[in-house]
Amino acid sequence: MDKSKELFSELEVTVETAKELGLTEKEYTLILEILGRTPTYTELGVYSVMWSEHCSYKNSIKQLKTLPRSGGRLLVEAGEENAGLVDIGHGYAIAFKIESHNHPSAIEPFQGAATGVGGILRDIFTMGARPIAALNSLRFGELDNSRTKYLLSGVVHGISHYGNCFGVPTVGGEIYFDNCYNDNPLVNAMAVGIVKTDKTASAASSGVGNPVMILGSSTGRDGIHGASLLASREFDEKTADMRPTVQVGDPFAEKLLLEATIELIEAGVIAGIQDMGAAGISCSTTEMSARNKLGMDINLDVVPLREQDMSAYEIMLSESQERMLAVIHHDKVDKAVEICNKWDVPITKIGTVTDDGIIHITRHGKKVVELDADYLVLGGGAPQYDREFKEPEYLKETSAYDTDSVAKHTPVVGDFLELIKSPTIASKRWIYEQYDSQVRTNTVSIKGDAAVVRIKEIPGKAIAVKTDCNSRYTYLNPYNGAAAAVAEAARNVVCTGAKPVAITNCLNFGNPYDPEVYYQFREAIKGMGDACRKFDTPVTGGNVSFHNESQKFAVYPTPTIGMLGIIEDVNKIMTYDFKNDGDVIAMVGFENCELGGSEYLKHFAGKITGKAPVMNLDNEKNLQDNLLELIDKCLIKSAHDISEGGLAICLAEKSIASGKGCKVLLTENTVGRIFGESQSRVIVTFDASNQNVIENLCKKSNLPIEIIGNVGGESLVIDGYLDMPVNEIREIYENAISNIMTN
Amino acid sequence: MKFGIVVFPGSNCDHDAYYSVTGNLGYSAEYLWHKDTTIPKDIDCIILPGGFSYGDYLRCGAIARFSPLMNEVIKFANNGGYIIGICNGFQILTESGLLPGTLLRNENLKFICKDVFLKVENNSTPFTNKFKSDSIIRIPIAHGEGNYYADDSTVEKLENENQIVFRYTNEKGVADKSFNPNGSINNIAGIISSNGRILGMMPHPERYCDDLLGCSDGTSVFHSIANNFIK
Repeated sequence: MDKSKELFSELEVTVETAKELGLTEKEYTLILEILGRTPTYTELGVYSVMWSEHCSYKNSIKQLKTLPRSGGRLLVEAGEENAGLVDIGHGYAIAFKIESHNHPSAIEPFQGAATGVGGILRDIFTMGARPIAALNSLRFGELDNSRTKYLLSGVVHGISHYGNCFGVPTVGGEIYFDNCYNDNPLVNAMAVGIVKTDKTASAASSGVGNPVMILGSSTGRDGIHGASLLASREFDEKTADMRPTVQVGDPFAEKLLLEATIELIEAGVIAGIQDMGAAGISCSTTEMSARNKLGMDINLDVVPLREQDMSAYEIMLSESQERMLAVIHHDKVDKAVEICNKWDVPITKIGTVTDDGIIHITRHGKKVVELDADYLVLGGGAPQYDREFKEPEYLKETSAYDTDSVAKHTPVVGDFLELIKSPTIASKRWIYEQYDSQVRTNTVSIKGDAAVVRIKEIPGKAIAVKTDCNSRYTYLNPYNGAAAAVAEAARNVVCTGAKPVAITNCLNFGNPYDPEVYYQFREAIKGMGDACRKFDTPVTGGNVSFHNESQKFAVYPTPTIGMLGIIEDVNKIMTYDFKNDGDVIAMVGFENCELGGSEYLKHFAGKITGKAPVMNLDNEKNLQDNLLELIDKCLIKSAHDISEGGLAICLAEKSIASGKGCKVLLTENTVGRIFGESQSRVIVTFDASNQNVIENLCKKSNLPIEIIGNVGGESLVIDGYLDMPVNEIREIYENAISNIMTN
Repeated sequence: MKFGIVVFPGSNCDHDAYYSVTGNLGYSAEYLWHKDTTIPKDIDCIILPGGFSYGDYLRCGAIARFSPLMNEVIKFANNGGYIIGICNGFQILTESGLLPGTLLRNENLKFICKDVFLKVENNSTPFTNKFKSDSIIRIPIAHGEGNYYADDSTVEKLENENQIVFRYTNEKGVADKSFNPNGSINNIAGIISSNGRILGMMPHPERYCDDLLGCSDGTSVFHSIANNFIK
C-alpha cells in the first residue's frame, strides 16, 4: 500500500525542501530509503530537527563514546537520562548537567540566556531532583566595544531574571574575554539538583495504553527550528533575521512546573517524563518512545495552542518553553490532574502509548506523521559521522613563539596593574551581585576556588561545584588544554576540601566540517578522557555545541568542564583568603615558568600565543591527593590555585579577600616566576609550627614545596618588585568591570 | 510559639524561613497555602516570605494582595496579629495597605544580592527586642525592587513615631547615601506599622540564622518575635 497517499503533507517535499530545513542531500536520500516513500512536510521537519547536530550529536557521538562514562558513584550512564546522577550516600543523589545556549544568546542575549537557564533547570527537575545550585560559564569578546557590553549586560540580566525568580541560587562559574568570541559569545548554563535515589523519574516511556500528557505552558510559534537552523550553523549576515527562533522564557511558569513535577514524581503517578527543550514535541515523543521501543498515538488538535491556526509542522517543531511531556500511569490520571490543578499547571492528554514503536501524529483528522521512533534518535537510526581532521596551520606559528626569553624579563609594576584590572582577572562582582546566590540557604561560599553548597538533607555534608576551561590553552594545544580544564576544575574543588567525583561537559567548537576544527575536537576529547580517567571523574553527560563561528573566525575550542566534588565534613571546608599574621606562605606543586597562552603574554604580545602549559596528569594527581590530606589533617589554613595571571594575581586575590598583606621573597623576580601560568600549583598558608610536618609530607610524595613568605602588614609585597597597599589593589580589582560597564 | 509561613506559588524563600525558624531556632511552623480561606487558630506570627508571589511581572505583590489567603491575613492583622514581611513579603504588605509607602525599582535598575549593614533604629518593637540599642547587623539583600518610597508626610510620620526599624548603614552605623544599596528614602530598610505588630523589611534575616552560612545576625529577629509569647 502506498503510505504517501494515506498521509497528508502540507507542502510538497523535495530534496530542495530538505536542504532548506538543514538536511544534506545524502541524509534526505537515507530518509527516503528508511521510509520507502517521500516523507510528509511535517515528517521532514521532525527528521530535520532530530537529525540536526544539536539533537543527534551526529558529528560528535563517535568521539564522545571514547570518554569514561560510567563507574564510580554514577547511578545512570551518560546520555541515558536527562542529566547525570551521582550517588552521594545516605540515600541521596546529585543530578547535574551543563548545556549551551550560545546561538540564541548571540542574537537575543536576554531571552537567549534566560531560556538557557530554564532549559537546564528542567533537565534537572525532570529527574525528580530539586535544583539547589546554578552556575554559568561565559565567553565574550573584548569589553572595549558597545556590542560586547550589550551582550554581557543582556546575558547577565537574562540569567539573573530567570534564576532569581525561579528560586535557584546562582553560585558560581567563570568568564573570559577574548576577541574570538566577539560575534559568537558562549553561554553555558549548569544546574545541580538533589533527589532521593528511590524517587528519581525516568525519561523512558512505558506501559502500552498509558496516556501521554503535556504539562505546562501552551505551544506557540516561538523557537521553531531553534535546534536545526539556528544552533546548527555558523553566523552570517542572515543571522539577525533568525531572532524569532529564539524562545521566550517565563520563570514563574517554570517554578510552578517544578513544584508540580516534583509532587507528581513523589506521588508515583509518572511512568516517564521528559522536558521539552530543543525540538519540542518531536524530540520528547520520539526519544521517550525509542528508549523502550514503544510508540505513541498523538492528536495535535488537543495540544493547547497560543495561536489556533498553527500547522502540524509548527506544533511539532515549536520550542515554546516551560513544557513537559509525561506518560502517566493510566489508573493515576485523577491524582495527576489534582496535583497539577493545585499548582495551576495545565495538563492535557494528547495521546496514548502504543506497542508498535511508531510515532503516529494527526492534525485536523488527517494523519501527518507515521515514523519509526528508533530511526530518528541518537543511538538508533540517526546518522553518525567520522569527520576529516587535520592539524591546524596556526599551531606552527603559535608554538614557534619564543616565550622563554619573555619569561626571563624583569617585570614592571605597571604589568601587575594591567593584569589585576583585566576583565578576565578582575573581580566579577558587577556580574555576581545581580544573581541571587543565597536563596535556599545552603550557600556556604561563592568566593574562592569553587562554590560550596551544604546539603541540608545530609547534615555535615556539602558539595563543591565549579566550571572551568581556559580555552587559550585549548587553542594552543587542544589535548593539553582540555586535560588542563579537567585538572583545574578538579584542583579548584580540591582547594575547598572536596573530593572530585564526576564531571559534566559542554563542548563548544567551530564548524565540524572544517578539518582543523575537527582536529581540535578529537584532541580535546582525548585530553579530557585521559584526565577524567586519571582523576576518576567520569563524564555524566553534557552537551556539544558546534558551529560557533562567524564569517571571520571560529571561537577557541572551549570544552567547558562542570566539576562536582563532595565534602564529607563541613567543619573542614577550606577557604582561600589569608588568615593570620605570621602564617607561612608556600607554593606547592610544579613550576616551569610557562607563559604560553597566559594573561601576561596577551598583555605583552597583544595576542594568545606560545605553547600551552605542560599538563602532567601524574603530577596533578599527586598535588591534589596531598592537598586533600593537608586539609583533612587540618594542617593548612588557606589554599588557592595559581591560574590566570600567575603567582602575583593569586597572592593579590588572597590579600583582597582577607584585607591582609603579605611579604614574599622569590629566588628571582622574573616574568616567568611572577606571572607564569604553569599548571598543578597551589598557594597554601599555615601556622609556622606545622611547617616541618608539611614539608616532610610533601617530600615523601616527591611534591615540590617552596616557602615564599609570610602573611602580614597592609601591603602586598613581592620583595624587589611590588609594594602596594591591599586597599589600593582592591579598589582597582573590585571596580574594573563596573567602571567599564557604566562608562 | 508557632509561625505560619505563607506559600504563594512563586514564593521561593518559604522553605528558607521554615528551615530557619524550625531547624536553626527550634520553633514550630507550618505552611499556609495561598488558596486557603482560613488561618489556623494556633498561629502566633505570620511570615510573608521572599520570592515572586505570582511571577510579579506586573508589579511586585500587586496580584498577591488579591489572593484568598491575603484576605485572611488582613483580618489577622486587623485583630492585632504579628506579621513579618520579608522582601517580596514587604512588597505585598505595602500593596495590601498594611504598611504605608511602596517599593520602587532599585536605583541602578538591577537586581542586587549582597550583604548590607543595618542599624537597628528601634529595639523596643516585638521584632527587635532581643537586639541591643543601636546594634549594627549584617544581613543580605536580594531584590530588584527594594527602593522604599513614600510621600513626605508619611516619611515624616514614620521618622517621628519611631516606625523606621532598620536603616542601611556602613559597619559603623553611618547612614550615608553611599551605603544605601537601592536608593530608598532616608536609607529605609524596614518599617513597622503604627500598632507595632507588622514589620516589613527588604533584607533577609532568615538567610543569616546559621553560622555555617557565615553569619547568624538574623536569629535575633525571630527570637524577638518568640519573646513576645513567653509567658
